[in-house]
Amino acid sequence: MTNTALKLNMLDAFYGDFQALYGVDLQVAQGEVLAIIGANGAGKTTLMRSISGLTQNKSEMVNYCGTNIGALRADQVAEKGIALVPEGRQLFPSLSVEENLMIGGQVGRKGPWSLDAVFKLFPILKERRAQQSTSLSGGQQQMVAIGRALMANPDLILFDEISLGLAPIIIKDIYAALPGIIGEGMSALIVEQDVTKALSVSQRFYCLQEGRVSLSGASATVAREDISRAYFGVV
Amino acid sequence: MDWVNAVVQGTLLGGLYALFAAGLSLIFGVMRLVNIAHGDLIVLAAYLGLSVTTILGLHPLMALIVVVPVMAMIGYVLQRGILNHTLGKDILPPLLVTFGLSVIIQNSLLEIYSADPQKINAGALETASVSVGGLSLGVLPVLTFGIAVAVIASLQWMFYRTALGRAFRATSDNQEIAQLMGLNRRHIFGLAMALALGVTAIAGIMLGIRTSFDPSIGGGRLIFGFEAVIIGGLGNLWGTLIGGVILGVAQTVGAKIDPGWQLLSGHIVFLIILAIRPNGLFPRINE
Repeated sequence: MTNTALKLNMLDAFYGDFQALYGVDLQVAQGEVLAIIGANGAGKTTLMRSISGLTQNKSEMVNYCGTNIGALRADQVAEKGIALVPEGRQLFPSLSVEENLMIGGQVGRKGPWSLDAVFKLFPILKERRAQQSTSLSGGQQQMVAIGRALMANPDLILFDEISLGLAPIIIKDIYAALPGIIGEGMSALIVEQDVTKALSVSQRFYCLQEGRVSLSGASATVAREDISRAYFGVV
Repeated sequence: MDWVNAVVQGTLLGGLYALFAAGLSLIFGVMRLVNIAHGDLIVLAAYLGLSVTTILGLHPLMALIVVVPVMAMIGYVLQRGILNHTLGKDILPPLLVTFGLSVIIQNSLLEIYSADPQKINAGALETASVSVGGLSLGVLPVLTFGIAVAVIASLQWMFYRTALGRAFRATSDNQEIAQLMGLNRRHIFGLAMALALGVTAIAGIMLGIRTSFDPSIGGGRLIFGFEAVIIGGLGNLWGTLIGGVILGVAQTVGAKIDPGWQLLSGHIVFLIILAIRPNGLFPRINE
């Protein structure tokens, strides 16, 4: 087994006053792609918020490369090398496409990703670089959101519902591009409601149900019935 | 010719109002904070300018070199120490806290400098004038207007051309996502307030050279600043300059009709614009 990048230890987390996660244990190895699946309200977004520092928890509950980061603010977590592609893309409307990308690189971490590298990955963004980010199509906005996260040269990248609200053909394109995006040594956590898509790009998966891990295992070999049971909670 | 003169003098006066307003506009734009103490901070800067000129014997314009960084530092500490804690979903706490600050600043100034009107002595600059096409323009108002244009232009450049400006806009758009980009919003807000009070320092000293001041006049300056911001449209810096000019012209033209109408006509023009265009003439923030 390779080195552990991210480790969650009995993570309890809250969404406002409501407890959304109960004792979640989870591990991501370096270079591994992990899928988190689960129904609406299972706690997937709270999990993402807890890892990225948008929700602060007890320090030892989130461990990244041997350091406890559970109590750090999001900007401090970003400096450690964790980037989030947030649900609903959440681009900065008053920034142009290029500025949205540049602000992603403001963390100042070294690595392969630069403005040129992102434009090479998504050439359409180069044409649209001076445009307001909100004037782009949904798929192009998602490219900007992914590019913005990559600009930070993260070691671990979190994708939260990247297919939400996009046309199926665009989703196909984005998932086709994922292996190229998640480069050498980079770990990724993919949160997705589309189970088939999530399993196809990941090595392992965790299924959440009502804030608890209901099933985990290898993505390639898991039986469909087991997933249905873990996903919906029906026997 | 008298009317032309009134319009020109009003335009130049508008430069001073734009300086009052620029700091307000900046912090509202970045963090949606309405700073009730802004006028008193202008007066505080005027008093700091007074002390620096009298103690160090500097020319008031040279005093800027001291007062601008001091005010900027006060701004950063104020933001990190107090104002950041008031920001949230509720808009009431920042209003209450800055109102309290206003009272504290006013009374501290009263305690230290007394209620006697003071003036910053700028020597020959105060009375120097040039003749342009039959109009006599004071060098000081022209200089103030020039400084206002330069300040607005630099703020505009900073906002749209630098990494700091990008960070300001991103944080203003979405604080959480900006935090994910490695921007600590508390620090960003601190920098915005530092910048705003740096501009306020310039406003205070120009005010102190132009007219006499005492600790109680902050409220009036706050109103002029607000009116300039609202007339120009929230979040638009050039709009703020135009708003200041409209206010200045309204006042001097009003005073031309009847000297008692100076302030009233400014407020009336403001109310008319507010009634016709509630978002101001050139709004940039759509909410």
